[in-house]
Amino acid sequence: MQDLGEFRGTTRLWLEENCPLSMRQPVTERDICSGGRRFVFQSDDQKLWLERMVERGWTAPTWPLEYGGGGLNQDQAKVLREEMARITARLPLQGMGTSMIGPAILEFGSDALKKQHLPQIARGEIRWCQGYSEPGSGSDLAGLQTRAEDHGDHFIVNGQKVWTSNADQADWMFCLVRTDFEASKHAGISLVLFDMESAGVTARPIRLISGASVFCETFLEDVRVEKSQVVGDVNNGWTIAKYLLTHEREMIGGIGTAAGTRTLGELATEAIGLSDGRLSDEMLRTEVATWEVDSRCHQLTMERVRDEMAASGVGNTSAMIKYYGTEMNKRRFELLMALGGSDALHWKEGTDTQRWLRSKGNSIEGGTSEIQLNIISKRILGLG
Amino acid sequence: MQKLILTEEEQMVRESAADFLSQKAGPGALRNIRDTANPQGFSSEVWLEMAELGWPSILIQEAQGGLGFSHVAMGQIMELCGSTLACSPLFSTAVVGASVLSLGGDRLALLPKVAAGNLTLALAIDEAPRHNPQSIATRAVRRGDGYTLNGEKTFVVDGNVADYLIVSVRADEDPEDVLLFLVPRDAEGVTITKTEMVDSRNSATVQINDVTVESDQLIGQSGTGLATLQKVLNIANVHLSAELLGIANECFGRTLRYLNERKQFGVEIGSFQGLQHRAAILWTEIELCKSIVLKALRALDESPDEAGLLASTAKAKTCQVAELASNEGIQMHGGIGMTDEFDIGFFIKRARVAQMLYGDRRYHLNRYAELRAY
Repeated sequence: MQDLGEFRGTTRLWLEENCPLSMRQPVTERDICSGGRRFVFQSDDQKLWLERMVERGWTAPTWPLEYGGGGLNQDQAKVLREEMARITARLPLQGMGTSMIGPAILEFGSDALKKQHLPQIARGEIRWCQGYSEPGSGSDLAGLQTRAEDHGDHFIVNGQKVWTSNADQADWMFCLVRTDFEASKHAGISLVLFDMESAGVTARPIRLISGASVFCETFLEDVRVEKSQVVGDVNNGWTIAKYLLTHEREMIGGIGTAAGTRTLGELATEAIGLSDGRLSDEMLRTEVATWEVDSRCHQLTMERVRDEMAASGVGNTSAMIKYYGTEMNKRRFELLMALGGSDALHWKEGTDTQRWLRSKGNSIEGGTSEIQLNIISKRILGLG
Repeated sequence: MQKLILTEEEQMVRESAADFLSQKAGPGALRNIRDTANPQGFSSEVWLEMAELGWPSILIQEAQGGLGFSHVAMGQIMELCGSTLACSPLFSTAVVGASVLSLGGDRLALLPKVAAGNLTLALAIDEAPRHNPQSIATRAVRRGDGYTLNGEKTFVVDGNVADYLIVSVRADEDPEDVLLFLVPRDAEGVTITKTEMVDSRNSATVQINDVTVESDQLIGQSGTGLATLQKVLNIANVHLSAELLGIANECFGRTLRYLNERKQFGVEIGSFQGLQHRAAILWTEIELCKSIVLKALRALDESPDEAGLLASTAKAKTCQVAELASNEGIQMHGGIGMTDEFDIGFFIKRARVAQMLYGDRRYHLNRYAELRAY
């Protein structure tokens, strides 16, 4: 194994030589590279950056080399993250494939599923969406009703999913379905994979209060799903769902602390100016400082939890990260709105005003704040 | 960059401290000191044992007779002193006093005695009820080779028992300049009065009337006093943050146990969602404190000159959370939490004193914003 300091050196050099300058800018929702069959690169640099990182396996740094990953250990992956943050390098590829279903297939999937899906995910060829919530089961996710009838070598799936992010853009869905209708609600669930071009799949975007339509409602009518596309064992989907929810919580919990984002203090200074070296509104100054202190502590907690996980393999903190991170992000946008005054209330595309409204969903999606607090009090604190 | 977990060595210090303090400290020991009106405010026997364990020597360099160990290690002890409400001159002497002498200069060669636990120190800087280390009315007038000091200091932790006071003054000849002097407790013109504090711990006011000091009692040079003081206050506030974390964590632990024991309406009150969510929020806030305290302690070891921002971040956050944890601790215990017989009250009292010492949440939020240039 290469010495960590040496790895940092070669990584830094490689990034300096290979990360195009235009890919060293803070990323916005509009210029994320999500990959997939329908993805259109916004620039040659974006394409080049993805290709170079794919070649290195660094779109999925910790996956094994044979599945298109980088084969890095946790310490090396941390060094890579730090070195990318140092030059504010964008993630070359971002989405449910590398962050959610990929790790789940790696953990629970058959060899055949790994060979079929992981290299395509790592290369950014297939974009994924997540079929979890249903009109009748939001917080009570395990109460889901989408039915998968056993037809020998395949299932026939019927039901409706909602809040499926980017279902209208995605190529494949990982989907929770009920495969045992008699068992208790947690015991009869399976996780299945299918192509969104399959007959009977319809995705319809939902317009949100922010004006954007990243979520869809997805209708499944007599969709054929091969049994080879079940992740893990039939009726054992809830275990994988919980694993995925943990990943999702950590991902959403990191929102608003992304590298390269300008600090709230800088944004506040720009918005309302200083007088005698202090933000010109004392009340806002206090609130901005309070937020920054909390944000720093949250960031350090994510770092500490990662270090503890790497050292001992134990950790049960994703609910806390998710709860605090999303509440922080909502507070951040409320402060940005206050700093902007009446200008911030103009209705315009692609502004913080729309992101403020979008942030309200952070503490709902991936399990509401209240569900996270339930998880903490029951599983961690042991309160009945 | 060091990871945000304890090294094996630091973990060993923590475990041995937990072992020792669980036997020698705790609310019962503090209650005894309060109820017997012990004028010394701590047990000499326990302090002697702390010295035998090497605690006063942790932050002192080997050349001065210390162990030259880390702030992270000392921080573990401070945190556990918080959770056990341990009374001793460890903070005033081995954290604050030793840092002043290590950073400013030790012309009287006191550090080996401090390391051995044979000498105690007290920092006398504040003059008003709210911390403001730059607002100093105490004056030093040059007189021959030495100076004459005049002024009054308040909230001097362990001032009633320390062998030496470390006094901040402004030079009469240059009021911009802050000087730090070592003044023996029995120097002529020094009047020390113990203050009865809400936490039953040691604090004093110090009157300084025409006190004569020699030039070798000046710590460092003229022109360096304020910088030394700022560094010392960063160290002091990070260790107070560790203590506040310990207090918050212990309040929470006791409250959580109570939620699982106390029955009303025929069930444990911990089964009520209204209390569960408050407990979960409090636990989350304490987890945040653990991260910032460890980070700030590491910064004192690795890059002390840049530790100011982290010190204020840590103190602001732990003040907020210690206040929350002690308030929730009483509320969730209900009526019994209001009784003197029950121990939770000792924690809220100690928390408020540790919060106020060297700047509360508001002070450090303001300092944070200043350091961030807004």
